[in-house]
Amino acid sequence: MRKNLNVIAAYSIMMVLILMVGIFQSWNIALSIFNLCLISAVMTMGANIQWGYAGLINFGIMGYTALGGLAAVLISVDPVQEAWSAGGFDILMSLWLIIVMVLVIRFILKRFEKSKVRTYSIAAIIISGILLIRFSAEPGIEAIEAVDPAKTGFLGGFGLPIIFSWIVGAFFAGGLAFIVGKVALGLRADYLAIATLLISEIVIAIIKHEDWLTRGVKNVIGLKRPAPYEVDLQTTDWFINLVAKFNSGKLGLIENLADRQAALNQLVIEGSSVFVKLCYSGLFLVVVIILLILTQKALYSPWGRMMRAIRDNEEAANAMGKNVVKQHLLIFILGSAIVGIAGAMLVTQDGLFTPGSYRPMRYTFLIWVMVIVGGSGNNFGAILGGFVVWFLWIEAAPISLFLINFFTAGIPETNALKAHLIESVPYFRFLMMGLGLLFIMRYRPKGILPEKIEIK
Amino acid sequence: MDFVNAIILLLNYIFIPALTYGSQLALGAIFVTLIYGILRFANFATGDMMSFGTMMTILFTWYFQSLGVSLGVLPTALLAIPFGIIFMILYMLLIDKFVFKYYRNQKSPPVQFAMVSIGVMFVTQAVVRIIIGPGDRRFFDGEKFIIKAREFKEMTGLNEGLALKSTQVITIFVTIVLVSLLFWFLNRTKTGKSMKAYSDNEDLALLSGIDPKKIVIVTWVIAGILATIGGALYGLDKSFKPFTYFNNMLPIFAAAIVGGIGNPFGAFLGGYVIAFSEILLTYAYKKFFMYILPESMEPNTLVQLLSTDYKFAVSFSILVIVLIYRPSGIFKGKVL
Repeated sequence: MRKNLNVIAAYSIMMVLILMVGIFQSWNIALSIFNLCLISAVMTMGANIQWGYAGLINFGIMGYTALGGLAAVLISVDPVQEAWSAGGFDILMSLWLIIVMVLVIRFILKRFEKSKVRTYSIAAIIISGILLIRFSAEPGIEAIEAVDPAKTGFLGGFGLPIIFSWIVGAFFAGGLAFIVGKVALGLRADYLAIATLLISEIVIAIIKHEDWLTRGVKNVIGLKRPAPYEVDLQTTDWFINLVAKFNSGKLGLIENLADRQAALNQLVIEGSSVFVKLCYSGLFLVVVIILLILTQKALYSPWGRMMRAIRDNEEAANAMGKNVVKQHLLIFILGSAIVGIAGAMLVTQDGLFTPGSYRPMRYTFLIWVMVIVGGSGNNFGAILGGFVVWFLWIEAAPISLFLINFFTAGIPETNALKAHLIESVPYFRFLMMGLGLLFIMRYRPKGILPEKIEIK
Repeated sequence: MDFVNAIILLLNYIFIPALTYGSQLALGAIFVTLIYGILRFANFATGDMMSFGTMMTILFTWYFQSLGVSLGVLPTALLAIPFGIIFMILYMLLIDKFVFKYYRNQKSPPVQFAMVSIGVMFVTQAVVRIIIGPGDRRFFDGEKFIIKAREFKEMTGLNEGLALKSTQVITIFVTIVLVSLLFWFLNRTKTGKSMKAYSDNEDLALLSGIDPKKIVIVTWVIAGILATIGGALYGLDKSFKPFTYFNNMLPIFAAAIVGGIGNPFGAFLGGYVIAFSEILLTYAYKKFFMYILPESMEPNTLVQLLSTDYKFAVSFSILVIVLIYRPSGIFKGKVL
């Protein structure tokens, strides 16, 4: 108990902060912060597995998040029959072409010795394959995108419950990580960072511009929910009764029957959105707890010890007969898959998929700040990092507004400097993140909750 | 005649824009490569440092404009750039003193430096956005065109016009002058040579009496000059928006690595490699083929290899391919 005191203290402070937001601002805001904290925590756990366990730097988190989101779309949206009949055949043909291309390349790689001719012929196959696919798929793509472009204009998905996409998203992200890991993991740390960042940008470019698959920048809205809809709740008897029961003290004070009914209606509307958010919180908490148990088990297993050995001294681990390349690939896939789950969760919560919103600032660098601040190598630290950083990211604007008003209290409202500062309040969050990261790296380089390894 | 038209078409839509864009990338890439070669880390704050320098230039441009000072046909920004450079260098030295110096003395691994530079990136982004805001700023004044497309058509009687913007000429001219000066400095002066020695082998350089503090300061000064000029030229040619500058970091990295990181000449060429391949692969050649092919063979599609949406993706793919097949870059890196 005693040695876990700092963990308990840190989490209690975090919970108190979120409760304070609930009391002083509103429960709606508090819960939406809490939900996004949970999603961030999942992402941070994924990055932490790669960086904290194995020392692999992955700046491609944005790409895996987007793939998770894509999975949510492809699983939950109903298939668009007209689009399938218009261009489905062409798309399937292109898919076959890609598979054939990959098989041919594999065959060449296996059959022939490494030589210049082999490299050039592979390059020629890839280039001609891309050209062939581009020109053969074009009529199909145009036909699909022409099907009711304001509403669909894409193939749609499988029409399954969106929860399944959390698993499928993990597989999507893991698949991408397999390809990226195969080609890029041999690179030096900072090259790997740049390569993964750029590959994730390529992924985003594809998701953004292949309208037949994702609707691109036209976004997919109104995804199915795993939680009830507010509108339905507001007309359900048991929910109204529940709200009435919760607030019976407050409602009892109102004498007039009509007023009481109006107040109840207001409370039901507020309560319904809080209830929906609570449903999400429950679902996300389950995911976080399952992942936490699994990652903790992994950390203290022989496998975890091996990963730390590889991280701390790759050559020694190699000499002891551990397959460093294979383990690196494995952990790269596992971490990315977890990030993919988070991406699907995010889209599930929002109910919409907006490829344009995937920016490296928000989905790569901010997640890295979370990992570093929380404490790399420590799962509790990673989750805490997700909570602290996301909380600050959201609450930075109100906090800095308060600080500006506090320090410039003597200056009149019309002062140009003060007005300018108040206008640029939203950008203080970048300053806070940057300074936070720099201070943590300087004075507490292992993070708020540092990694601690107990040998039992 | 058709052949000349085709050439003019390519000049107007591919060659000149790519040369301009390539010059802007090249300056940024030399900045990245210098920091990498001498201070030994990948600087993720590159784009935002460039936007800081540009912001200072813009502020001085506005100040000069309010004073009524101008350069006539040339943009006022050229006058403001030296002042922008001074502030940029001060900002960089300040950051170096309070942030990077500690890790240099600790001999931290490059990854830690990269993480720290992400912190610097966040802070710089905040500073720029708080001072000038996130919006789009145009600060170009003076004569916009040297040759207008219509005038060119009238002058030569061709179907295709050739437009030459003054910013394009300024960009290419300034880049050539600056890069030649830089190479002269690195190859001919004592300080430049000691920088090379330091980049090549730190311990040996220290043994032969080279002062590392001086090298670091000179590196930041050169970096400040390159960052400000590169950023300001990009802003003059297109427009200034902090977010675009952050995004430009990626093709700049691509240029530096493709050219062989740590090698300024490679970075210089890498900028053009990236710019030309981006534009060549995403240009629709339909009109070009209409000029050079007989009528019966005219294409009915756009003859575009990739849609322009994939412009950035092209440079990133090139980078990934280079990283995998030749991590030291096309022109062999690690020799300053």
